Amino acid sequence: MFFVAMVCSAGSAFSNFVAPLIIGITIDNVLGGLPLEQTNAFIMWVVGLFGGVEAFEGNIWLAALAYLSIVALIAIFIFGRHRMISQFGENTAKRMKDKLYDHIQKLPYNYHVHAKAGDLIQRCTADVEQVRRFLQAQTVEIGRAIFFTAFALVMMIPISATLTWVTMGFLPIIFVFSYVFFKYCRKVFKLADEKDGEMQSVLQESVTGIRVVRAFGRARFEVDKFVKKNEEFRDLDFKQMKYLSWYWGLSDLLCFAQIMTTFVVGIFLTYNGTLTLGELVIFNMFTAMVVWPVRQLGRVLSDLGRMQVAVERIYEVLDEPAETDTEGATSHDLQGDIVFQNVDFEYEEGRKVFDNLSFTVKRGETIAVLGATGSGKSTLMHILLRLYDYKSGSITINGKELRDISKEHLRHNVGMVLQEPFLYSKTIMSNLKMAKDTTNDPEVYEATKTASAHGFITEFEEGYETLVGERGTTLSGGQKQRVAIARTLIKNSQLLIFDDSLSAVDTETDAQIRQALEDNKSDATTFIISQRITTLMDADRIFVIEQGSLADHGTHEELLERGGLYKRIWEIQAMIEQDFEQEVNT
Amino acid sequence: MSSHHFEEQDYTKGFDFTTWKKLFQFCARYKKRFAQMFAISILLAVGTALFPLLMGYAIDNFVELQYIGGEYIRDLSGLPNFIVWVSLLIVFQSLMTYLFVWLAGRIQCDVTADVRESAFHHLQTLSFSYFDNTPTGWIMARLTSDVHSIGRIVSWGAIDIVNGVFMVLFYVIFMFIVDVRLALITITIFPVLFVVSYYFQKRILKAHRESRKINSKITGAYNEGITGAKTTKTLMREGRNFDEFEGLSGGMRKASIRAATLTGIYFPMIVLIGGVGVALVVGAGGSVVLAGGLSLGVLFIFITYANQMSEPISLIAQVLSEMQSAQASAERTMSLLESQPDIVDRPDVIEKYGDFENPKREAWDKITGRITFENVNFNYKNAETVLSDFNLDVKAGEKIALVGETGSGKSTIINLLCRFYEPCSGQILIDGMDYRERPQIWLQSNLGYVLQSPHLFSGTIRENIRYGNLDATDQEIEEAAKTVDAYNFIMASEKGFDTDVGEGGSRLSTGEKQLISFARAIIGDPAIFVLDEATSSIDTETERKIQSAIYKTLEGRTSFIVAHRLSTIRHCDRILVIDKGKILEMGSHKELLAQKGHYHSLYTNQFKKEEQSRILQEQS
Repeated sequence: MFFVAMVCSAGSAFSNFVAPLIIGITIDNVLGGLPLEQTNAFIMWVVGLFGGVEAFEGNIWLAALAYLSIVALIAIFIFGRHRMISQFGENTAKRMKDKLYDHIQKLPYNYHVHAKAGDLIQRCTADVEQVRRFLQAQTVEIGRAIFFTAFALVMMIPISATLTWVTMGFLPIIFVFSYVFFKYCRKVFKLADEKDGEMQSVLQESVTGIRVVRAFGRARFEVDKFVKKNEEFRDLDFKQMKYLSWYWGLSDLLCFAQIMTTFVVGIFLTYNGTLTLGELVIFNMFTAMVVWPVRQLGRVLSDLGRMQVAVERIYEVLDEPAETDTEGATSHDLQGDIVFQNVDFEYEEGRKVFDNLSFTVKRGETIAVLGATGSGKSTLMHILLRLYDYKSGSITINGKELRDISKEHLRHNVGMVLQEPFLYSKTIMSNLKMAKDTTNDPEVYEATKTASAHGFITEFEEGYETLVGERGTTLSGGQKQRVAIARTLIKNSQLLIFDDSLSAVDTETDAQIRQALEDNKSDATTFIISQRITTLMDADRIFVIEQGSLADHGTHEELLERGGLYKRIWEIQAMIEQDFEQEVNT
Repeated sequence: MSSHHFEEQDYTKGFDFTTWKKLFQFCARYKKRFAQMFAISILLAVGTALFPLLMGYAIDNFVELQYIGGEYIRDLSGLPNFIVWVSLLIVFQSLMTYLFVWLAGRIQCDVTADVRESAFHHLQTLSFSYFDNTPTGWIMARLTSDVHSIGRIVSWGAIDIVNGVFMVLFYVIFMFIVDVRLALITITIFPVLFVVSYYFQKRILKAHRESRKINSKITGAYNEGITGAKTTKTLMREGRNFDEFEGLSGGMRKASIRAATLTGIYFPMIVLIGGVGVALVVGAGGSVVLAGGLSLGVLFIFITYANQMSEPISLIAQVLSEMQSAQASAERTMSLLESQPDIVDRPDVIEKYGDFENPKREAWDKITGRITFENVNFNYKNAETVLSDFNLDVKAGEKIALVGETGSGKSTIINLLCRFYEPCSGQILIDGMDYRERPQIWLQSNLGYVLQSPHLFSGTIRENIRYGNLDATDQEIEEAAKTVDAYNFIMASEKGFDTDVGEGGSRLSTGEKQLISFARAIIGDPAIFVLDEATSSIDTETERKIQSAIYKTLEGRTSFIVAHRLSTIRHCDRILVIDKGKILEMGSHKELLAQKGHYHSLYTNQFKKEEQSRILQEQS
């Protein structure tokens, strides 16, 4: 496609030079009555098509028609070039965007924990746009300047070598002028851009912080601050304009000087008799055709650096290794015991999260997990979903090594609700149906009722069709968690994980949800992480995680009997109510 | 308010005169500049039209044989003169180009800055209801891209139109002067050029807008793809998400190629029409030349004119089609400029006490801090009643805690107290006087206000603390920092008080930001203090540090505290449990615990939670 575009570009450049030749011949040989001594075979062929110069003499309109047909050819080439280059550019841009999106989604979980969204988006949009612009507009400009200059040389030298050198004399100057000028101005442009950014951030801070501005009665102060930045930006912006006005003024001077020099020297040459009038007109038109693209070329080339930076930034993202699966990993029935044996895990070298962790969870058991922030309890759950892979030791589910179960199968069959779940900008219904394609409305309602979400959803004016996410209604943290729980329940997973996913729900709703879960209980193995002891106490077993190891486990009663962290928390909570009594009474 | 209101509505009907009239008011002060700009652009048009004439003249006089003294000779005696004139014209033309860009740039920068400034100024007078209902992005877009597009149209748009029109005019005039017959033939392509240009320019602009719209959806999709990546992984949604994205990027490609195809047709069309013009001139003019009725120089002039004619015409068409989107920009910006604030100071109040622009502080009475809500009713625009018949009397120096669920109305009470909103009926008295008897700035410069998520401004720590009292000395700033226990961490940072906090305070931790916002609040020595969920976003450890800062801060001031953390509020003089805009329970911590009602259960649950996390934290 790019090749076709370049061929069209060359074609249009070529035709562009033929058109003046026809005018030239018409002036000299038809109107001026000079004998024909053309060296250009193509032009003679074109003229021949229309019956030759003799026919032109008989009917000048034939010459006009010949000219027009060349212009039509130019038009077709321009169209072809434009169409092809845009398609090429858009295709490339689309491929890049798709690749970026796809790749970003496939980057490992850990990448997303640390990702800076704003910067990534910038790379996916602005940088891709920069590359697209280069491919679409700048390559055309470059091609045009090169083809025009080349053809000009080819066509002009046979006519008059002297005048050709005169015509080409200024070109390097015009090119170098444009190039150097824009290189030099880059600093000012950058300064103005930065100032623009500063002004925008004053604006943004002032709007987002409007409560602070008003509460301190600082409207006047904000206006003054903004006016100052606004004026600074205006002045820099105008400085840019001043540079540009110098650029346009001076480059116009150069370009016009070139055109007029060619013209005047041409007059002398016709006086000597080495040039005909028609040839003078041809040169005049050629010169005008070459100067402007060359001026543009200087500007385009001075901008190439930005394109390079954009490409580098895009590849930084694409070069990040994507998530891979173990070779030969297969699907496997997950209904069975989960066994951890001497499992070690570390996020980075030397900072162990788990050291020699071993335990067994029976099929269908409900395990509650208690531990401080950073004790590793979330990590444990992430490992079960293979969002992270364990280093050494062995984890088996239903007898199969976890590492050898395909990630896809695992994530399809394990239901995990994150503490801060994400809802997509779609309706609540689409969000709910997201985890399982084949689900139907009754299944959805059942799940939302279990998750205590049906009530508040139906209270919305548009019910299940309410739009959520960025462009829709904002749900509270608790509401989001309940929708996310329902979304996961629909999957009918063999293994369910609640990663502190009831934290934003109030105590009573929490209890309700757990009761409903118990009532609808399939034989799924369930993990519940929570900070609330009331949420934990009903589980079949409670795991107490302390600094990356399983400090204790057992039923509520067993743990109370044995003493330790769990018991201390339990007792303190029981004591609190007595304390209040006392406090009131003193 | 529904968010649909803020969808970019880009198409407005026909030409809207009133919008442009409002816009012209911003240009009025640059009348002189505009006049200069138009004059220059006319001169530039003359110059451009003169070139072919001069060259035609040269052809006829220096290249063609002259019949002088009975024989045909070439006479170059006039050439030096010609060169001088042409050189002068070139210099003149370049100078005009320089001035042209200079003036248009000047006007663009000035008008843009002016509109932006008035818009910002106006924003500062608007009430909270406006900010609560308008997305920040919407406001930002008005003051950036829309203002920019306004600036462009009044400078480059105007100058291009004038230049284009005059260029066409001079072409026509010169052609008629040189040869009426050929002129008549050549100008037949004008209307065709214009109609084609206008038709395409309009469509091209529309197609571009279409692709821009999809583009913003793509940005949204990236945003969602990145922020939702973790959830996507747990749901195995990668494939589906990608399919949806491909739909968008495919749509974008289609729309862009459509736009490109339109331009791809348009430009060759213009070239072709120009070619028709030249062909007409060659055919018709050539016939006349052959018949001996026309010189070759004149033919040259016409060929050049016919060739160049498309330029001004497509320029005019382009500006005309840009005017439509500029008009939409102008309408949106004007709508911002014309939004009326809900809360305005009465003229007689401003007369006596000034407003935020010119506060007459000498006329202000000192606030002692007694606050009374009297039969206050309130609802947000088009929404249900939040407060009905709300009464509360707070003594000067009393500390009031507000407790309740999200949406119970506690934030509304704060909003009314700070006069961010005003009661729909009933009144709020400060020191026994309706606060509407004073300007907003009077109350607001006596407030200390600390928000849940502390909002700092770009700049140094010193500048941020000084925000609370612009006249504060460096020493006072340090004192304030010491009072809230922020001094040590500030001095520990590399540049002390001159440490840059980053945009929105991003270089500091939440706790540090909160401490600075406390310092900022007390440095103005306010009579009334508001803590709006100020401690809920920080961890226990930081909270313990801030706790003491809070007590010091509240000392001797009337305070309203909204908090989740009950440990923060147990020491308040009075605790109000708010539910559905009503006071459910009211009393001291002890009294309320003894009642064993809502407060009791709230407090117990909360305390259990806090205790547990404390124990767990100690464990690790």
